[in-house]
Amino acid sequence: MDFLFALLGATLRISTPILLAALGETLIERAGILNLGIEGTMVLSAFCGFVVAHLSGSLWLGLVAAILTGILLCSLMGLLSVTLNLNQHVAGLGITLLASGLALFSFRLVYGGSSTPPSLDHSFPQLAIFKGTVLEPLFSQYGITYVALLLVPLLGWLLQNTAFGLRLRSVGENPEAADIAGLNVYWVRYQALIVGGALMGLAGAFLSLAQLGAFTHGVVNGRGWVAIAIVIFGNWQPSKVLYGALLFGFLQALQLRLQAQGIPLPYEALLALPYIITIVILALAGRNASYPAALLKPYRREGA
Amino acid sequence: MFRLERGSPPVWWRALLPVLAVLITFLLVSLAIWAAGANPLDVFYEMLIKPLTKRTARFEILVQATPLLLTGIAVTYAFAAGYYNIGAEGQLYAGALMGALLGPKLGGLPPFFAITVMLLAGFLGGVLWALVPALLKVRLNVDEVVTTLLLNSVIIFFISALLNGVWRDPISGWPRSPSIAESAQFPGIIPRSRVHLGFLLAILAVISLWWILKKTRFGLELRAAGLGKEAARFMGVPVAKTMLTAALISGGIAGLAGVSEVAGVHYYLIDGISPGYGYTGIIVATFGGLQALGVTIAGLFLALVDTGALSASRSLGIPVYLGDIIQATLLIVTLAVLLLNRYRPVRSR
Amino acid sequence: MPLPYISLKNLCKRFGSLTANENVSLELYSGEVLALLGENGAGKTTLTKMLYGIYQPDDGEIFLAGSPVRFRSPADAIRGGVGFVSQHFSLVPSFTVAENIVLGREGAAILYKEALNNKVKQAAERFGLKLEPSALVRDLSVGEQQRVEILKALYRNCQLLILDEPTAVLTPQDVEKLFATLRHLQNQGLSVIIITHKLDEAMAISQRVAVLRLGKLVGVEATKKTSARELARLMVGRDTVPVTKNLEHDAEKTVALSAKNLTVKDKRGLTTLKEVSLELHKGEVLGIAGVAGNGQTELVDVLTGMREPESGSLSLNGKTLTLGNARAFEMAGVGRIPEDRLKGVVGDLSVAENLTLEHIPQFTQRGHLKTGAMTQEAERLISAFQIKAKATDKARTLSGGNIQKIILARTLSRNPSVVIAAQPTRGLDIGATTFVHEQLLAQKDRGAGVLLLSEDLDEILRLSDRILVMYGGSIVGNFLAHEANVETLGLVMAGSKHVSA
Repeated sequence: MDFLFALLGATLRISTPILLAALGETLIERAGILNLGIEGTMVLSAFCGFVVAHLSGSLWLGLVAAILTGILLCSLMGLLSVTLNLNQHVAGLGITLLASGLALFSFRLVYGGSSTPPSLDHSFPQLAIFKGTVLEPLFSQYGITYVALLLVPLLGWLLQNTAFGLRLRSVGENPEAADIAGLNVYWVRYQALIVGGALMGLAGAFLSLAQLGAFTHGVVNGRGWVAIAIVIFGNWQPSKVLYGALLFGFLQALQLRLQAQGIPLPYEALLALPYIITIVILALAGRNASYPAALLKPYRREGA
Repeated sequence: MFRLERGSPPVWWRALLPVLAVLITFLLVSLAIWAAGANPLDVFYEMLIKPLTKRTARFEILVQATPLLLTGIAVTYAFAAGYYNIGAEGQLYAGALMGALLGPKLGGLPPFFAITVMLLAGFLGGVLWALVPALLKVRLNVDEVVTTLLLNSVIIFFISALLNGVWRDPISGWPRSPSIAESAQFPGIIPRSRVHLGFLLAILAVISLWWILKKTRFGLELRAAGLGKEAARFMGVPVAKTMLTAALISGGIAGLAGVSEVAGVHYYLIDGISPGYGYTGIIVATFGGLQALGVTIAGLFLALVDTGALSASRSLGIPVYLGDIIQATLLIVTLAVLLLNRYRPVRSR
Repeated sequence: MPLPYISLKNLCKRFGSLTANENVSLELYSGEVLALLGENGAGKTTLTKMLYGIYQPDDGEIFLAGSPVRFRSPADAIRGGVGFVSQHFSLVPSFTVAENIVLGREGAAILYKEALNNKVKQAAERFGLKLEPSALVRDLSVGEQQRVEILKALYRNCQLLILDEPTAVLTPQDVEKLFATLRHLQNQGLSVIIITHKLDEAMAISQRVAVLRLGKLVGVEATKKTSARELARLMVGRDTVPVTKNLEHDAEKTVALSAKNLTVKDKRGLTTLKEVSLELHKGEVLGIAGVAGNGQTELVDVLTGMREPESGSLSLNGKTLTLGNARAFEMAGVGRIPEDRLKGVVGDLSVAENLTLEHIPQFTQRGHLKTGAMTQEAERLISAFQIKAKATDKARTLSGGNIQKIILARTLSRNPSVVIAAQPTRGLDIGATTFVHEQLLAQKDRGAGVLLLSEDLDEILRLSDRILVMYGGSIVGNFLAHEANVETLGLVMAGSKHVSA
């Protein structure tokens, strides 16, 4: 029983950054933009959060810095894909390459090539609820994890039951109709990017300020790509995105447990599983996948 | 004074745009260099001019350019056909894997045959890894961007499993594949340098890219499919078949880049044999304007940036990641500057 | 004299070298319906798009209740009391009716579905529009979608409603309903601009008619004091002389193209083309009339080799055609003019490439392109069809008329056995339209069978020897041209009953 709860606790912990990033990506894709900048956005956010927290001594300042970094990079994505109407794949990839490069470059500048990477004296603590019960190992989580879990119903509600959500979905389904209805399509898409970017920044902060308490070369390690997969897995709905993130977290947690117990197993197979599942889902859904109708389509008012 | 007007730009204008992109990139990157406390001009000299003055460095650029040209060509085939293959990285690894699997077993063959087998195996590996997303695209209309991207991670996990499993050196514990047979190693083509057969291969690939796109029916149909899918279909172009073929050629050439790194540089497979050549290939193709000559220049230029960034980091202490920043900035700036391609300069009254 | 609600002073709009509107000045008063009349390409839509902030005028001014305004976006125009129902509806198919209507005017940050539906229902009742607020737009008929569009504009308190060719997608009976709604709204003080190229409609609904020709306003008449004949003269610029078809020329009874039981289903499994059979004879023009969206697009797709039907067969001169294979159709002798000409050329390829790609096997030797022969052929066609372009120009830099000439040139120069011409003159100016008509009639005189699909009834009546009518994916009417007229065709197009002459 303890093993199970510990495993589930680890699942929640590992799922958190993926969930946050995938929720951010969900909002952005629902507005019609595929943001391949997600991976780099998480790297640079993790770095900026870390460096600010390390130099100022304030985790909260670090958190703010990470979120602002996410917003900034997603705004850059907006500049390229919304304002300039550039190809979203290539622009997003460019941002990932640029942000990762900037993070590693700056890390070298600040900390040199020292062999012992710096780490924070204190990272965010874990908050235990249900203390002393069997549930304690499951609910000893970082505060950001609880936030992420609360965000799932909140974002679902936001998309379905608010004017903001209606507008966001409209620019992702039929931007021309939104424009004719008097909305500023560009601004609505920027709003989605800003909120989504904040979530991606929070995901980066979780890695460097809570889970690791440090910044390393491979701090994000493809979690952004996993998030992209999970958005599809979750059919662009926050609640189902949660399941995808939990599945990934569970496989990863299981793999770590098995490895720690010395069970010889090609654990990479478990890591690759979510990717393969996503591809299978795409293949099965095929033409019926419920992509936001205007995903990947830049919008420009005709004649403008 | 000049102003811009919508329309077909003159040739000189189109040729000017890449230069403009490079200039803007260097202006932007200067900020990063200043932040590092160095003089941008010194750094650019160290990076871009000095390597050209030294023989070793000049040839090192060609070694570095080999995978970049091949992945750039691979991406060009796909992008020109309107197929957004983001998976050159994974296809490169697939080619490298095939080389690493077959290479050690080719000891008995004369070099000519062994190398031919290696090339075919690398090409085939890339084709196989490109096959599933390509089929999903043409048969079920599944977006290729996500599938090719995800498969990159899958093959890297797979190779990592081999390296940490059956291939792990029992004594040193070093995760590397067995060395390939000597007869399967690519010969050097320039004495006293590391330039190997792979570079020749890249040049051949560039020439055939030019010839196929410009001179053959397949190339015309490929461009038509990429520039206007529906219209191409209306004019009788077998769009699905053309796109599928382009996607597989793209995968195959990326596979060649992988096998060329195994058989020409390392002689075995290690984790991280490609520091993202597949992604850099997208930069090469985009900056090269999806054309043979442009891709050649772009590949050589980015190789210079890579090589130069390394030497600048040694001599000036600038973090080597400056090279990555320059390449990524160049990609973004190029995309933006290409917008000007829709305009032409007009002398205003 | 009351102040006009909105007035335009010397509005100009250019697209590159094309002048879409030149010095248009016009006034509109509250509670009046103005018909904006003109041929395809006369600049009607451009003018109204400037009124709705979609286009920015290059010159000239707009005055709202006497004071100058600039509409930089639709949002500005909405604030100025302008509503716009475009020809191609701009609705979000996956949203409900209510969501589409309140979009951008939600009234509160949080949406309560019940309250929203009630609000929309009340609005619909107030304006006399029958709509179910909770229905998904993608499940609605075309007529219902149009009502959503109108209510969307009214919900934004528009004082001026612009309707761009609202009747093009409606049956004559639905047109009557629309006009009743418009009269009702007009009585409530609303101003309406209705764009049309149909004289009868302009006469039936408007108080005044403004006529555009080649981008210029050529006359504003009080409807009561003018006549359809007078308006036609203004529209065309001369007394209308129809292209004369050779009535002496008796159609041979030899079947050129024969279609049997063609059936097409859409993505959702609905049958959009039902068991359509037809025979096209040598030396005739067979017109296919119908309201847009009744299976014509699917029929064209099958007949041009762009789509494989679920069932059915096609044969040309007795030989069966490989369905869904554009090149096989072309090689067998089916000349094809696509519904959307921009899907007939690749804009970023050169004129020469666009002129030859369709017949590329002829310009290929063992996989190599014979570039010399391609250029030669391109130059021959450019001069034969008077295409205003160089062989090396990119196709997208050409005007619509010249792009259409590329398509005509490459396909008609091959002397095809049959010509499938879908909407061949849509959006072309008068000169280009006449050119296309002459070319099609020349094909007929040569002995080819010409299948003409058009939403323009006048065009169908003017060129055809026989006319079929499509409704709901089937052929429901079959007329000889001289026995058909707008009224009978209209009735059949509405699907009221099967009439055969």
